Amino acid sequence: MHDELKAHVHGLLAKGTRLDGRKFLDYRDVKVIKGYIPSAEGSAYVKIGDTELIVGVKMTVDKTYPDTPNEGGIVVGAELYPLSSPEFESGPPSIQAVELSRVVDRGIRESKCIDFESLCITPGEKAWFLVIDICTLNDCGNLFDAAALGALAALQDVKFPTYDGKKLDYKTKTGKKLEVVKNPLSVTVYKIGEHFIVDPDFEEEKVYDGRLTVAVEQNGTLCALQKGGDAPLSEEEVVAMIDIASQKTQELRKFL
Amino acid sequence: MSYTKRVAGRGFDEARPMEAKVGVIKRADGSALFKIGNTWAYAAVYGPRNLHPRFMQDPSKGILRCSYNMMPFSSFNDRVRPGASRRSKEISLVTQKALEPVLNLQDYPNSVVDVFIELPLTEAGSRCAGICAASMALADAGLEMKDLVSAISVGRVDDKIVVDLDYSEEAYEGGPVADIPIAMMPNLGKMTLLQMDGEVTKEMLQEAMQKATKVCKDIYEVQKAALKQKYATTNGDE
Repeated sequence: MHDELKAHVHGLLAKGTRLDGRKFLDYRDVKVIKGYIPSAEGSAYVKIGDTELIVGVKMTVDKTYPDTPNEGGIVVGAELYPLSSPEFESGPPSIQAVELSRVVDRGIRESKCIDFESLCITPGEKAWFLVIDICTLNDCGNLFDAAALGALAALQDVKFPTYDGKKLDYKTKTGKKLEVVKNPLSVTVYKIGEHFIVDPDFEEEKVYDGRLTVAVEQNGTLCALQKGGDAPLSEEEVVAMIDIASQKTQELRKFL
Repeated sequence: MSYTKRVAGRGFDEARPMEAKVGVIKRADGSALFKIGNTWAYAAVYGPRNLHPRFMQDPSKGILRCSYNMMPFSSFNDRVRPGASRRSKEISLVTQKALEPVLNLQDYPNSVVDVFIELPLTEAGSRCAGICAASMALADAGLEMKDLVSAISVGRVDDKIVVDLDYSEEAYEGGPVADIPIAMMPNLGKMTLLQMDGEVTKEMLQEAMQKATKVCKDIYEVQKAALKQKYATTNGDE
């Protein structure tokens, strides 16, 4: 599959360039708009090149889990709408959507950027739960990084709705903000042949050999990894990819 | 009792502010965004393309397949669970029926034209906004069309016929309410979507249809301007 495209991309990489003329480690233009959707408790619109998505957070009050009676929680969902790409199909979440949502979930959860205990209302009974939905508008490549960026931006935008102990009133925002204590962001480094690139467009995504998504906190601590693709990676390659991701996540932080 | 003043100071015949843009989704064959107040609809058209499963293919004509979906965070109330609901399936069906009359589907044997409508934000009138966006997206995809389709919800609030109901009016408790979404082919002057829930007299319904016809002409101008805008600004590479 895609043999011609693959040969073309490899040929360009050998000359030090890419399909759209970018350098290997150049991102496309990035734009983040927080508070994009007034019906959500928190939201963000993200545009990376022609890739566009919206992340919205809705909050509910629900029963605490038996094993974590003092904590609220998060749920991350991803909707890869057939509107945004001819390759996405209608129906229940595809395996790509599940992987995307779980990788974003881990970056947020494992960095402990939200104090789940602060979401508890009554221990063993009630707590706040945040449902973070990632919805694609345009898939022109690199949904992983766009989704992680959007999720963090949307969380930073969250304001609690009014809750009187019995009923939730979504229409009256309280102004109380969600405390987001860390800033986990992820960058996915793609291996094509012997080269590493970031921020692939949808054609480069068709011909990559391996990828590594690295979620990094502001202080450089790694908080989630996901290797994908068919190609195995050596230890040296993993270290090099992490170095690239650490540097690129720092650059992405200025858009928040 | 009488309904004398609309929330936000709108006139009875006045729709919420509208905005339209064409060519918003890069990988689609045609696409558009239509906003009316706090209701936003994206539409993307893919096709005519091969129809699978093959037993659904019709050698005499193509089929139009529409899908209406609210994003999970699009409601000012509870989160909307992803996936098709009875409501969204019905709206997908009436959307398809609202758009079919303007297309020449016999030109696309064995094929499908897919229309996907996604709503990131909804505050009443979402099926109409979806239809407005979809008809622009079909035009943007270069499909031969007999007319555009413009749609608006009109309705009864107590003793008044009002245009473009908002949530507070749909939930008005001071008297009877009826919600009447209507889609028109503005140049051909005929309706392709007509639904109602609530109670009205025949005379009220007639007044509502007349008001819808008038507003649909305004919407048509917004849609037409957006289509012209896209083709005025491209330099031949799209």
